[in-house]
Amino acid sequence: MSASFTIDGKAVPFAEGQTIIQAALAAGVYIPHLCHHPEFKPHGSCKLCTVRISGRQSASCTTLAQAGMAVESDTPALNDERRTLTQMLFVEGNHFCPSCEKSGNCKLQATAYDLGMMTAHFDHFFPSRPVDASHPDVLLDFNRCILCSLCVRASRDVDGKNAFALSGRGIKTHLIVNAKSGRLADTDVTLQDKAVRVCPVGVFLRKDRGFNVPIGRRVFDLKPVSAYVDATAALAKE
Amino acid sequence: MDTVVKKKLKVATTSLAGCFGCHMSFLDIDERLFDLLELIAFDRTPLTDIKELGECDIGIIEGGLCNAENVHVLREFRRQCKLLIAIGACAINGGLPAQRNQLSLALILEEVYHTSVGLANGLIPNDPELPLPLAKVRPLHEVVRIDYFIPGCPPSADAIWKALNDILAGHAPALGHGLIHYD
Ligand code: SF4
Ligand code: SF4
Ligand code: FES
Repeated sequence: MSASFTIDGKAVPFAEGQTIIQAALAAGVYIPHLCHHPEFKPHGSCKLCTVRISGRQSASCTTLAQAGMAVESDTPALNDERRTLTQMLFVEGNHFCPSCEKSGNCKLQATAYDLGMMTAHFDHFFPSRPVDASHPDVLLDFNRCILCSLCVRASRDVDGKNAFALSGRGIKTHLIVNAKSGRLADTDVTLQDKAVRVCPVGVFLRKDRGFNVPIGRRVFDLKPVSAYVDATAALAKE
Repeated sequence: MDTVVKKKLKVATTSLAGCFGCHMSFLDIDERLFDLLELIAFDRTPLTDIKELGECDIGIIEGGLCNAENVHVLREFRRQCKLLIAIGACAINGGLPAQRNQLSLALILEEVYHTSVGLANGLIPNDPELPLPLAKVRPLHEVVRIDYFIPGCPPSADAIWKALNDILAGHAPALGHGLIHYD
């Protein structure tokens, strides 16, 4: 028999070396997450995946599963904290969903829906983050970046281009393009790059299409993010 | 036996820096309006054209704050209403009008009234009757306490109906999948 642990009382099997979230998603147990992606090494930055293990909270995407551990995840207290984190992400950037091409296919938005976020609650920063429209095929709208580093990891580890990086510290952290000019047009990034397709929110946008799936038929119109458990495959089709 | 005569709840609504889309969506509850009118009576609202705001149980506000008059009306609603509901994207996060927040107001006025095409010697309106624009568009909760929020651009009639029923039943509105929308 393979080793197992429990999440909210449900037995979850795991293989040696798997993180809690990897085992959970494989077993069909949803844990909210934004910076976790099944194809990439963990980054552990968004903290949406935080669970409680023996009274201590830790990010389930950076914690290895161990036999016999009792993990709490879907509790009102943890979901309250997750909603608060989500609200902070909304006010730190500029998220005007009605005019965002990613709306309906956005993990941040879908996660907020699932957590019942009716308002961003905090004062909005309304930061000034000019877009980068220099590239012929890809628009970068930094207003929506949640610093999950997925594009950074994808460009470095899959595309082998290392075209992006997170720069600065703390609240000043921001995404930069690794080119002398700082412009996307001066990189060798193409539409085919993994980096262009992995963003959970609406930063990387194809210029040749927009709003191509009508409201009601988009990924998270069909099912809430929790019902997908892992929405990667559904989003990859978009 | 005495029949209990239930007093109708007084409800006021207004649109600040909004497009009236939320009010239109509210009217989209169609014949359910009749059920609602069993429970509520309107005070100030563009639907009745009553201009003076009296003491109310519930105030429903569409639109964010883009000028001094918006702030004045919002504060008056807060003073007169026991419960305030922010309805729609603009009331909740500034919405479309807040997309001007990255630009300076001076630059915008300059562009709109002086330099844009077709405006020869345009003047920036300065009639004292006109409310002064705010430097940044703000959502309602950044200025007064808001009790409940109904997101959407606009929220669908069904979302508004569900939220109002929840609130009239005395609890916080909960919109499940399909009803909760930011777009
Ligand atoms: S990235 Fe997501 S949350 Fe942000 S504006 Fe777009 S749809 Fe809304
Ligand atoms: S651009 Fe997208 S993928 Fe890259 S760090 Fe920002 S949110 Fe993550
Ligand atoms: S998914 Fe674990 S910290 Fe983001």
